[in-house]
Amino acid sequence: MAKMDKEIMDLLNDPKSSKVLATIGADGFPNAVPVQSLAAVDERTLAFTVVAITKTKYNLLENAKISAVAYQVPPKGCQVKGAFTGFVTSGEIFDRMSAMIEKVLKIKVYEVGIIDVVDVFPLQLGKAPEAAPEKAVTISDVEVKPLYTPADISDLNYSRDLGYPGNYPFTRGVYPQMYRKQPWTQRLVSGFGTSEESNERLKYLTAHGETGLNVVFDLPTHYGLDSDNELAEGEVGKEGVPIDSILDMDSLFKDIDLGNVSTSLITNYLTVFSYYVAVAQNRGIPIEKLAGTTQNDACTSFAGAKVAVVPIRPHMKLSLDIVEFCARHMPRWNPVSVVGYHYREKGCNAIQEIALTLCSGIAYLNAGIERGLSVDQFAPRLSFFFGAHNDFFEEIAKFRAARRLWARIAKERFGAGDPRSWRMRFHTQTAGCSLTARQPMNNIVRTTIQALAAVLGGTQSLHTNSYDEALALPTEESVEIALRTQQIIAHESGVTSTIDPIAGSYYVEHLTNTLEKLSWEIIEKVDKLGGMIEAIEKGWVENEISDASYRYGRSIEKGDRVIVGVNRYERPDENITIKLLKIDPALEKKQLQRLEKARSMQNGRTVKSALEKVKQSAKKNENLIPAVIEATQAYATIGQIFDVFRDVYGVVKWR
Amino acid sequence: MTTKRKIRVLIAKPGLDGHDRGALFIARALKNAGMEVIYTGIHYTPKMVVEAAIQEDVDVIGVSILSGAHTTIFEKIFRFLKEKKAEDIPVIAGGTIPPDDAEELKKMGVRAVFLPGTDTADVIRLVEKIVH
Repeated sequence: MAKMDKEIMDLLNDPKSSKVLATIGADGFPNAVPVQSLAAVDERTLAFTVVAITKTKYNLLENAKISAVAYQVPPKGCQVKGAFTGFVTSGEIFDRMSAMIEKVLKIKVYEVGIIDVVDVFPLQLGKAPEAAPEKAVTISDVEVKPLYTPADISDLNYSRDLGYPGNYPFTRGVYPQMYRKQPWTQRLVSGFGTSEESNERLKYLTAHGETGLNVVFDLPTHYGLDSDNELAEGEVGKEGVPIDSILDMDSLFKDIDLGNVSTSLITNYLTVFSYYVAVAQNRGIPIEKLAGTTQNDACTSFAGAKVAVVPIRPHMKLSLDIVEFCARHMPRWNPVSVVGYHYREKGCNAIQEIALTLCSGIAYLNAGIERGLSVDQFAPRLSFFFGAHNDFFEEIAKFRAARRLWARIAKERFGAGDPRSWRMRFHTQTAGCSLTARQPMNNIVRTTIQALAAVLGGTQSLHTNSYDEALALPTEESVEIALRTQQIIAHESGVTSTIDPIAGSYYVEHLTNTLEKLSWEIIEKVDKLGGMIEAIEKGWVENEISDASYRYGRSIEKGDRVIVGVNRYERPDENITIKLLKIDPALEKKQLQRLEKARSMQNGRTVKSALEKVKQSAKKNENLIPAVIEATQAYATIGQIFDVFRDVYGVVKWR
Repeated sequence: MTTKRKIRVLIAKPGLDGHDRGALFIARALKNAGMEVIYTGIHYTPKMVVEAAIQEDVDVIGVSILSGAHTTIFEKIFRFLKEKKAEDIPVIAGGTIPPDDAEELKKMGVRAVFLPGTDTADVIRLVEKIVH
């Protein structure tokens, strides 16, 4: 049995309170009547007198259940549920009650009803939804109202703020037909072991319906180290595919028609790109037919993925070599994929992700122009790369806001005239950082929600993570589910049937406006710091990300944000039993043999003169790609080529 | 009156791995728990990690690896610790480390392996337990 506390008893005994008794009639209808005599006798007992409340009396004789309410304005009240035990006509309670009633209400009392308290509920009266007890926020801490209405987007102007798909400012998508014409490209990152295992994986995915290739390289390759370098030990083939020489690039794309495929190369240097172009040339494929993307973003190399060999300025120069080379020779290649994904993975929020990505894009537009290209000569081929995190609507709004901002930046700030320069085309990867090691199958569901956000946000290509990636590189089984996830969204869900189905949502349009405004404030801050490169050099970018990462991480640890299986619905006895990909240590030895083979194929004099040419070209500040391609065709190893860069440009110092 | 020395922890990121979110996070959490934290930054070799640990006289070495190169790197760290007669410095690990490999690392001498999603309170408790 519940007890009433003093506050509730005082409320019940206060003559200023309004009091109501509800009983249940024989017909099943509740019967509520004002009963001003209701009082709390002790913490377990209520009493009332019966004056002209005949219906209540009859009801109680049939059904003892009773509910009593006392309330005051401003809102304060309680409900007490109880069981009627009977009427008394004498005794202590009768005397006390009748004395009180006769004094206050000036009426004679004949009997007093007694109620045993069963349950007590303090009332929360009269609160509007606006003042809901718990504030809701997005992952990026944007406050979310319980309800959005036309009033929230009353100043939205369709042609100015949204436009038709394929039209400025591209909020609704970069192409007029979007997925009605062609679904996004399904590209799953692949690369492990040696080029032979990776080639098998590429073919496996293509056979299962993948529509584009996406290759990641191992860390020694990223850092321009031959696989037998001391620093490479244990790293070969672990985080991607090793490329030591043109032999590896050739075997990576064995049986794959480079003239008829779209390949994304996750690399930040022109060396890997040059190996790829050289393989195509050796196969007799005209390089203008090559379609694909190099990540090639100097900004992320320093502040995001942290994969850099030479200092940031020469890194930017090498990066621009690809931009310039493609502008002149490879019209179907995206020379830069401006990265926001890595900043998000490092822990920034969606607003910072938009801002840092666009600031990097601005840095590239400036650099290309400085190189002597006109903005319309290369801006149409810039592409972008975002993450898709857990907050479904915020992610959709993020993509839309980023597209609109980029269109305005390219057109208004840089005076681009070609509409293709205004279009932000982007690749999306579901958020690796959202994957949990515990209850790993839940990651399939997370990835699905994230992928759906990317699709509703209008992505051009998509990588979906596999459920096991918080523990290891994915197996064939897990990667197949990741691919099927995209196929189910594309072919079963119906979301591709109409273009940009989310437009006009009061919430999403409002959130799009909010994210645009907040990220613009950060862009202006970076402008004041002198631009993205300067902001990176000053350490500002990394500090901002690190602070945001800490805030986010703490909000999970404090339980402010729920991660299923991690801080809610955990299974303390959980053992991780899923099958994981094991990379055979023998593959590292196999790669060392492949490297030896390339070295044995070198003609000492030819390779030396090719490397010397790269060096001279670097010293003269020429575009290095022709010289590097020549070196790759002379079987120069990646370490040999990077040694030239390290020699000429120096080596990056990490803070 | 004696003042108790603060617990000193080296947070290291050996190898070529650039994934430093976890390392930075744990470094900050340990610092906020009142410990002295020395963070190496990325691209330390195993030898440099051991040298830094000895030079900084740390109570615990925390190693973060998300590149898959953990087995090789920990073998080297323990080899150098032995060479420098510093095997008594406890080592803990964090990162994307499959359970089978985690067992292998524990056999080598790693005291605990923390996976993504670990609450830093658990790490703090473990470090305090190891040291005291």
